[in-house]
Amino acid sequence: MDDMIHTLQDFMLHTESNTYILMAVYLVCVVGFWMFLTHKDEEQD
Amino acid sequence: MSEQKNSPAQGMAGVASRFMKDDNDKFSPLATLTVIILVVGTILTILRFTQGLGAVTNLSDTHPWGMWIGFDLMCGVALAAGGYTTSAACYLFGMKKYHSAVRPAILTAFLGYAVVVVSLLYDVGRPDRLILAYPFIVQQGTTSLLFEVGLCVLLYLTVLFLEFTPIPLEWLGLRKARNIAVKLTLVLTIFGVVLSTLHQSSLGALFLIAPSKLHPLWYSPYLAVFFFVSSIAAGLSMVIFEGTLSHKALHHRMGKEYLEEHPPLVLGYAKAAALVLFGYFMVKVVGITADNNWHLLPTPYGIWFLVELLGFVALPCLLFAVGSRNNDVGLIKFSAVWTIIGIVLNRLNISMIAFNYHLPLEERYVPSWMEIALSIFMVTCLILVFRFIVTRMPVFDEHPDFRETHE
Repeated sequence: MDDMIHTLQDFMLHTESNTYILMAVYLVCVVGFWMFLTHKDEEQD
Repeated sequence: MSEQKNSPAQGMAGVASRFMKDDNDKFSPLATLTVIILVVGTILTILRFTQGLGAVTNLSDTHPWGMWIGFDLMCGVALAAGGYTTSAACYLFGMKKYHSAVRPAILTAFLGYAVVVVSLLYDVGRPDRLILAYPFIVQQGTTSLLFEVGLCVLLYLTVLFLEFTPIPLEWLGLRKARNIAVKLTLVLTIFGVVLSTLHQSSLGALFLIAPSKLHPLWYSPYLAVFFFVSSIAAGLSMVIFEGTLSHKALHHRMGKEYLEEHPPLVLGYAKAAALVLFGYFMVKVVGITADNNWHLLPTPYGIWFLVELLGFVALPCLLFAVGSRNNDVGLIKFSAVWTIIGIVLNRLNISMIAFNYHLPLEERYVPSWMEIALSIFMVTCLILVFRFIVTRMPVFDEHPDFRETHE
């Protein structure tokens, strides 16, 4: 993929695309992490 | 009085011993060590201010910021973040169950920032100019982030002092003055949070000026965000750690409210720290992605970066989460210490280890023993003053005359 980066446009497209994918993964993960963290609290309630 | 007690060293040890332990004049090894640190520190202080930086430090034109900036200032500011996180949790977010932790956190933050200012005095020199507020009145460097950091630290130290004043005022029995100081709490908390947000992030932003000197894995346009987010985790961990240490040494000084509120506080802070570290881990990964630095990971610096990221961010995040979920206070306390080590490592990486990374090893900066000794001297002074205050003033317990008036 790095071989295809020739211009700033290429670089930005590449890094921004990866960042957007990462943020989507993060949003899913944070929900899972929150559920893991508060699972016992909900059981007690 | 015996001959031994008449010697100056024994006399000083007796004074130190009184500072270190209540009503105990015994010549303990800890007191002896304290005296040695204080004597060596005083000699080195005289040497620094009479002979200049070159006499005590290994600083150079290629590495003008050393141990006092990397450790005393950057770690000190991050670890003193417990003050604004705890007071914000209690007074801004309404978590009154953490009320008893506010005073120890404010005191730690106040003393931490005082050490930061003193370490800056050692580094910058010319204390006469600082006393006259020379950089703020005569020669403002308004285009410098360091000016913004300096101004914020000046204002925040004042805020912390005002937040701290109800403690000595209660101790002195000055009810009217104490009541005025307490009424300022909310305003001071808001002011403190604003100032902390500004200078915690600006400390990271300082390094934006050196993209060619700082290794690309640590350099990022998001440095300001990294520093601010990690300071919250550092502050939460520091409150847990400081509470644990105080419990061991000062249990008899702690009031009923503090002792009852401490275990839920540890669990609550662990949950918050886990969430903050989770967010910090993700923004660090975004930092690598945004700069497309993945190819640098399988290098020696890359492996060191992964040790920091996985070992000192992801691991304590997981440990805090497991500890909080299982009500495992021991695991949480271990995670707090691990996080503190991680934050110190991060700050040292940025200011020293990954800084000037392209220079050959013999030209790299390594702090002299005198710089390290002076850092230990400053931390020792902080511990002594902390000890002096908490054994005399109502920090961990409520003053009986003001029990009903606490907010």
